[in-house]
Amino acid sequence: MALILDDRDRALLAGEEGEGARLAMKIIVRMAEIAGARRLRDITGAHIDGCLYHGQAGLDFVRRLADGGARVRVPTTLNVASLDLLHPELFRGDRYTAEQARRLMDAYVELGCEPTWTCAPYQLPRRPAFGEHVAWAESNAIVFANSVLGARTDRYGDFIDICAAVTGRVPDAGLHLDANRRGRVVFRLTGVNPRLLEEDAFYPVLGHLIGRMAGADIPVIVGLPPVESPAGAPAAPVAGGLPGCVEDRLKALGAAAASSGSVAMFHAVGLTPEAPTLEAALHGQPPDRVIEVTPAMLAGARDSLTTAADGPLSAVSVGTPHFSIHEFAALVPLLEGVRLHPGVDFYVNTSRHVLAEVERRGWLPVLEAAGVTIVTDTCTYVTPVMRQRRGIIMTNSAKWAYYAPGNLGVEVAFGSLAECVRSAVAGRVVRDDGLWRA
Amino acid sequence: MTGCGGHEVPAGGQHPGRQDPGGGRVPEPAAGSAATGRVLRLRGQVLVDGAASGPLLKLDEPLSFWGGLDPAGGCIIDRRHPQCGRSVAGHVLLMPGGRGSSSSSTVLAEAIRLGTGPAAILLTSPDGIIALGALVARELYGRACPVVVVDPAAWPEEAPDGAGVAVDPGGFVHVGVQLTDGDG
Repeated sequence: MALILDDRDRALLAGEEGEGARLAMKIIVRMAEIAGARRLRDITGAHIDGCLYHGQAGLDFVRRLADGGARVRVPTTLNVASLDLLHPELFRGDRYTAEQARRLMDAYVELGCEPTWTCAPYQLPRRPAFGEHVAWAESNAIVFANSVLGARTDRYGDFIDICAAVTGRVPDAGLHLDANRRGRVVFRLTGVNPRLLEEDAFYPVLGHLIGRMAGADIPVIVGLPPVESPAGAPAAPVAGGLPGCVEDRLKALGAAAASSGSVAMFHAVGLTPEAPTLEAALHGQPPDRVIEVTPAMLAGARDSLTTAADGPLSAVSVGTPHFSIHEFAALVPLLEGVRLHPGVDFYVNTSRHVLAEVERRGWLPVLEAAGVTIVTDTCTYVTPVMRQRRGIIMTNSAKWAYYAPGNLGVEVAFGSLAECVRSAVAGRVVRDDGLWRA
Repeated sequence: MTGCGGHEVPAGGQHPGRQDPGGGRVPEPAAGSAATGRVLRLRGQVLVDGAASGPLLKLDEPLSFWGGLDPAGGCIIDRRHPQCGRSVAGHVLLMPGGRGSSSSSTVLAEAIRLGTGPAAILLTSPDGIIALGALVARELYGRACPVVVVDPAAWPEEAPDGAGVAVDPGGFVHVGVQLTDGDG
């Protein structure tokens, strides 16, 4: 069961294309051995998570590659970094960290990566098609690519992402293989209030619950509302063919499940492309577990995303993962003619690509008049940009709610986008528990 | 700054185990620490090889190093984690695996670079993100943090936190186990 390398692999490993490519292939080969892969396979693209500065080690590694003459072999996008290059004044960290973070960003661009700086590469114009093999890092992007696009990526992370981009090769293992994409744990929503299924805030809560219960197994969700075709009949699942608002819900669900658990793929029967039916999602086999989702489980999951449910609000942060153009389309009417409380900062994290579209649609004046701070290229929970950390910070993102208390040492309240806006106007947390307690 | 909340950062030591080959779970004569102790040996699957030793720290749940470990001090900072507030520095971590974020490799490599990382990591299921962090730290800095997968069924449940554990390059894990009265 030894790993079989082809001539190109061996040439890279022998250093025939430079020291950088040699190191990258050495790491790919070792990771393939660990994964028990029989061979390596080609990829058509990569998404790199290693550009966020976590310390000297990340910079040392990419410099070793760049100084060794490495270049990416496939189109490669970059995840959020530590700096907002469009709004550099937002950075509140120390100068040394800023300089190191900038060196890291520059080094990845030097390797030939595109300066996209977004955790939502699936919102960029060119995204992987159904069945395409890619090497994506960033847990929310991985789960979106596998689940919603039907592209194939394993759980790549820092270091191996750029090694895959430099070699164009990955271990033929994990979620690249059919058998490993089989749904294992069925979550039934039969007992859930149908009105809750229409709420955007339901999806991150469900994802948070699923991540905690599924761990690393592939969940299959039964009972999400189907997408109606114009004729009123349920539309057949088509890869990448979901309306933007449905994609945003599945984005929030997947990001939450990849935070509270190791979920790298889910099936939503009737919505995601590898789950036209429950049987198809299970590959015709019985599930390992079936879980009936109860209102009490959902209420508990929602509560666990909040560390302080009542009190003065200091800030709102939305857009984790990065706010899409459809989410802006929902936010802008909520902010029209609204004055936010003077004590509350309102942050929206998004990509420079989506921001350009927001500008093109003429929405920026509404956001500016309301006092919204737009953050691009990075995110409020991975780098110091927030002005206030005392009081409560509200978010509609389960991922943000999950990580921010540890990362930033803040108190957090989870709510819907509309609740975030209402709270930002009131200056204190305003939430409606009604639907969740019913 | 090292240590968190008053937890001591132990110094690494030489592993006490014998080098003879074989598998499974084998009692060994006590080495060093407690006079009433014994050492069990089990064979693991090597993800990243190397030799290391240190006191055992058992994590009751998977831990994402990113967002869950502060590499500056080696402390677990995930407030939802049962071992939040403990220092991993110099310890042999026994953990079910990683969780969530794919940035954990860099955080682990950075902790190893700074000397605040674990001495070794024992996983009960393979985790590529953790292995990769240790692998890159060895490539860049020549520092070993062996990563070994152990069979949870063979693991001595009775080994307490703080028990001496040593890992050798062949994937043998030597675990110091306290004996109760009348056991030996």
